Amino acid sequence: MKKIILAFALAGAFSAQAVEYTQVQPDKSAINFTYKQMGVAVDGKFKKFASQLNFDPAKPAAAKATFDVELASVDTGAPEGDQEVAGKPWFNTKAFPTARFVSGTVKPLGGNKYEVAGQLSIKGKTQDVVVPATFTTQGNTGVFDGSFIIRRADFSIGEGTWAKFDIVANDVVIKFRITATSK
Amino acid sequence: MNYTKTAKVLHWLMAILLFGLLALGFYMHDLPLSPDKLKLYSWHKWAGVTAFLLVALRLTWRIAHRPPALPDSMPKIMQFAAHAGHLMLYLLMIAIPLSGWLMSSAKGFQTVYFGVLPIPDLLDKNKEIGDLLALVHKSLNLLFVAVLAGHIGAALKHHFIDKDDILTRMLPKH
Repeated sequence: MKKIILAFALAGAFSAQAVEYTQVQPDKSAINFTYKQMGVAVDGKFKKFASQLNFDPAKPAAAKATFDVELASVDTGAPEGDQEVAGKPWFNTKAFPTARFVSGTVKPLGGNKYEVAGQLSIKGKTQDVVVPATFTTQGNTGVFDGSFIIRRADFSIGEGTWAKFDIVANDVVIKFRITATSK
Repeated sequence: MNYTKTAKVLHWLMAILLFGLLALGFYMHDLPLSPDKLKLYSWHKWAGVTAFLLVALRLTWRIAHRPPALPDSMPKIMQFAAHAGHLMLYLLMIAIPLSGWLMSSAKGFQTVYFGVLPIPDLLDKNKEIGDLLALVHKSLNLLFVAVLAGHIGAALKHHFIDKDDILTRMLPKH
């Protein structure tokens, strides 16, 4: 009996020490993207997204993350661009308002590097993606930084007259910074 | 006195290029967003960079080669107006591509010459400055059209009314 109590006490002590980052700070987080338009790198961002995060650096295997990006909050850098990409050939935000990323396995690569496998769903299409990320902490705040490349054609983003890649390239670099605090 | 071959080539090359640029500029900015619009914008920027390089070359060349003098038959005030008009054309040929370049930077769409050579951004992305520079670019072009109309009108007046060689000395075969 004493052993069991001791085990519980120890477990309690450990879980008290383990820091789990769960509170995403939207004002200190960003989801940006870069694409090439006739050889010109153009930057944009998504202004709104919701997220659920459970990340304990001591237990990366148990980490979980879900992001829901509000596609209508896109900022392409030009108002007519924002309007265009909300439309049917691009995101079709009326039918598919959000893009969703759900994490699968999180693999520690050593140091502060991780590899997050997951599924990305945009416009009714789901693709497996592997997202490299670094995680740095300061006090009770942790910051994930990373980027990965998606191909817009995999998600039918930019159909019809936009489907060819001579004007807007297929590759889109998604760059993110997610800041989260522990409870 | 005739213009040199180099002066003529540069003059007419730029005439064709600048008319194309003006027409394209006024045509493209009202188009709804489409792949063609983006293509035309890129072409316009590439042509604009080319025009800027040509005007730089032309000015450098002109420093060492004075153009032929205006005829004595021209009143002093008209000679002054002619020189002022040409100065204005040169200033606008420099200011217009510069304003376009800065506007592109401020709007967040860097100019990449022929899609290969990035022209550095001198300004950071800024909506207000971008909109202001768009207005500057447009106004300078409207002014350019007005001065060009004066330039062409004056050349025709010299040819058909004054019957001097001001127009013909810039023509290819003379």
